Amino acid sequence: MAEALLEMRGITKTFPGVKALDNVNLTVQEGEIHAIVGENGAGKSTLMNVLSGIYPYGSYEGEIVYEGQECRFLNIKDSERLGIVIIHQELALVPYLSIGENMFLGNEQTGFGGINWDLTYQKASEHMLEVGLEENPRTLIKDIGVGKQQLVEIAKALTKNVKLLILDEPTSALNDEDSLNLLNLLKKFREERGITCIMISHKLNEIAYVADKITILRDGSTIETLDNTHGKVAEPRIIKGMVGREMVDRFPKRVPDIGEKLLEIENWTVFHPLYTERKLVDNVSVNVRRGEVVGIAGLIGAGRTELCQSVFGRVYGAKISGTVKKAGQELVLGSAADAIAHGFAYITEDRKGDGLVLSNSVTHNITLSRLELVSSKGVIDKDRERHAAEDYREKLSIRTPDVEQLVSNLSGGNQQKVLVGKWMFAQPDIMMLDEPTRGVDVGAKYEIYGIINQLVSEGKAVLMISSELPELLGMCDRIYVMADGRIVGELPRAEASQEIIMDMIMQASKGAQTT
Amino acid sequence: MSNLKTSFSKNLKQFVMLITLMVIIIFFQVLTRGTLLKPMNVFNLINQNAYVVVLAVGMLMCILTGGNVDLSVGSVVAFVGACAGTMMITWKWDPYLSTFLCLLAGIVIGAWHGFWISYVNIPAFIVTLSGQLIFRGLTLIVLKGLTLSPFPKAFMNLSTGAIGNFMLEINPAALLIFTVIISLAVFFLQLKSFYHEEDDEKFMKSLLAALLISFAVSLAVFATIHYDVVTHITRFLLGTELRNVSSLVIGLLLAAGVIFIEIKRRADRKRKGYSYDSLEATLIRALVIAAGIIYFFYLLANYTGAPVVLITVGIVLLVYSYITSKTVMGRHLYAVGGNEKAARLSGVKTEKIKFLAYVNMSFLAAVAGLIFSARLQSASPQAGNGFELDAIGACYIGGASAYGGIGTVGGTLIGALIMGVLNNGMSIMGISIDMQQVVKGLVLLAAVAFDVISKQKISFPFLTRIFHRRASAG
Repeated sequence: MAEALLEMRGITKTFPGVKALDNVNLTVQEGEIHAIVGENGAGKSTLMNVLSGIYPYGSYEGEIVYEGQECRFLNIKDSERLGIVIIHQELALVPYLSIGENMFLGNEQTGFGGINWDLTYQKASEHMLEVGLEENPRTLIKDIGVGKQQLVEIAKALTKNVKLLILDEPTSALNDEDSLNLLNLLKKFREERGITCIMISHKLNEIAYVADKITILRDGSTIETLDNTHGKVAEPRIIKGMVGREMVDRFPKRVPDIGEKLLEIENWTVFHPLYTERKLVDNVSVNVRRGEVVGIAGLIGAGRTELCQSVFGRVYGAKISGTVKKAGQELVLGSAADAIAHGFAYITEDRKGDGLVLSNSVTHNITLSRLELVSSKGVIDKDRERHAAEDYREKLSIRTPDVEQLVSNLSGGNQQKVLVGKWMFAQPDIMMLDEPTRGVDVGAKYEIYGIINQLVSEGKAVLMISSELPELLGMCDRIYVMADGRIVGELPRAEASQEIIMDMIMQASKGAQTT
Repeated sequence: MSNLKTSFSKNLKQFVMLITLMVIIIFFQVLTRGTLLKPMNVFNLINQNAYVVVLAVGMLMCILTGGNVDLSVGSVVAFVGACAGTMMITWKWDPYLSTFLCLLAGIVIGAWHGFWISYVNIPAFIVTLSGQLIFRGLTLIVLKGLTLSPFPKAFMNLSTGAIGNFMLEINPAALLIFTVIISLAVFFLQLKSFYHEEDDEKFMKSLLAALLISFAVSLAVFATIHYDVVTHITRFLLGTELRNVSSLVIGLLLAAGVIFIEIKRRADRKRKGYSYDSLEATLIRALVIAAGIIYFFYLLANYTGAPVVLITVGIVLLVYSYITSKTVMGRHLYAVGGNEKAARLSGVKTEKIKFLAYVNMSFLAAVAGLIFSARLQSASPQAGNGFELDAIGACYIGGASAYGGIGTVGGTLIGALIMGVLNNGMSIMGISIDMQQVVKGLVLLAAVAFDVISKQKISFPFLTRIFHRRASAG
């Protein structure tokens, strides 16, 4: 047995009013990929922030032993000096700087009289080659996709002579193909360069695929560490550790009760708002019936979000053409307000960016899209508003001490429930859900699925985008497959499988490349 | 008692600001040997700062929409003053018509700014910087570089005078009838609200309470009718005669109102099962505020009485705290500032909200311009220089977030008062203008730094490092 590279002993970290970590122990051997799993709020990110010095020595209890020496990091520079590099879930790249500039940001290659750009870009190219990133190092970050941006982050870590790489949900924004690439890259680094890796993830299949050890955190304590080196640890085993109980079924059962066509989108075409010659959605026709959950599968960039956002009052895109019909009647939706008034709801994939007003309370967020329901003549009736908020808190079991609590103080899963509650409050007939369970833990996911089932049983129509195929397969009655802005397939639940869907996507993108 | 503590920590920032204001007042009261709170100085303090409060409230609306400020307000103040001067002094137009036209001019200017900012998407900073130049220039053109004075008396009364000793002029018979109506109304209102009590004993108790309240109200109003009675009481209690007893009565009524509202709000929240402050906390807060109000009006009663401009400022404060806290439009303001994309996706007409914020800003700048020129008694081309900075400073000291979405009218008032007392106190002490600016700058920075640090729990690595070294050395 190799000597432990890192040992964290008895780590306790308290925030005002909350014990985020309670006597957590973590041992990581040199050259292993160590996964940390747990529900949202279990303390995974906090633990990594302690390790990387974001929470300085003195603000927590316990000790960190790295390469046999006790470490007292006061900031992130201290830990980076020893080769501990953390890559956060929200990437820390500057969009208007080039790949090379970003890689050496804060670590500029200075020569006599300033930055040596030749050296910078030469070194950048070398590291980009190592991570398999085929781009010009002078390309701006904003012009490459999320998958490649993730690779830039890793290449950036390599420039810091990384020994211990910490990844916080590295694949949450990536599609399956990019995710697989990334995981293989981590494996390659482990074999070839002995880089140790700590990875936080919600995606259990990925963990099973790549991890040597799996440590489970729950409510700020270590529950157990599983050995995954030989043979695979079964997913239900991990889930049991995370939630503290056996999850019998990951998707709640629903007896479909499907009615007439409620939403029909026909010949829908959308162009990019800035590069108006780029077609994002190409002649798409989809329909959703009453009481039906319809999924849209596809890779990131396939045009799914653009489709929903353009239908929802044309809040995104340019030169939009096509028709939207609700219950057979054609509608012209010129703004989000129009769409809401006609019973549409769009739950965004980016809850912090454009879903919630974080500096407002739970109540204010829930009622924002239909304030007229709790007000008369422009004056808000605070009692009615409060009742509505309490109502949805109870219905969706949003865990907050008080509905007057600011949304920024809630955990990710509860924020997502507030977002769902907000749109349920708007009393829509048609709900478009864009990645409704992104960054949400297993328990909260199950609850959100239950809410979706509840909605369709009330005769609403649900159109759901998800990058997690098992989720679509588990939830939807019908699945459209989208690639390069076109619908390339439509499958009823019974005929759909991950393989068929991926195959459709691959065929389509191959076809697109040859033409 | 723990309840008191939690409610204190919950409202920490509001408390801290109030306490800061009090500390600053006491500080200058001592340093100026009591001049700061001399009745005449308090009167001047209000007149000097009325326009800042009005501008700051307008500025708050702009800041709420996303940390945007309006740099043009100083020039708009000057321009509106110039318009008022030209209409009333040069052209001898009716003061009321001119006032109306000036307010209209403010709205038009705001629409000009709002159009470019929200519909053409030009950053507010640039549009209002351009406005600052444009309207300063127009002021000079309108006034031809000269100062116009004096304004007609009717116009100046809007801003400079005091509320007269109106109780002397009221017809006692009319007031008596009024009293009876008021007490009957109170009695029936109480009766109605207690009607739902099913318990007989409770019903009788509430009936008794209603009777007592209506009796107290009658007594209070009756006392005010008989001016002599009040004068006697005050003379007996205070040993001196007040110059304007009516002002004290206004103060008493306002204080009673505050106490009533605080207690009623708590009772309502308790009845509806919301979280509510402990009785002690509510009473302490209500009594402190009430005492402050009474003392304030008592000071004014020792001089000529409450300034007329207090009415304008009071209306502005009430209207805008109502808009921000109770209306759909107010909620949309906070939403746009908190997260513009989320607000738009929620069906909020974000452009319209921003547009209205700027229209409103210039409207209030016009109000401030009228108040200011009436106080100056002239229309000057240099009026309003740097006013935008006073207003912006008041908002930030009062707890508004520089990123938008956070801030209250109450906080802004406190911020404006802190700035006003600093100005006034330092002037009395004879501190030079240059030094005053340094102090004001430092106060602004300290206020915002306190806000940021308390919110983000920033740690200071270098402090920890120094501490750490000491510890290991020792």
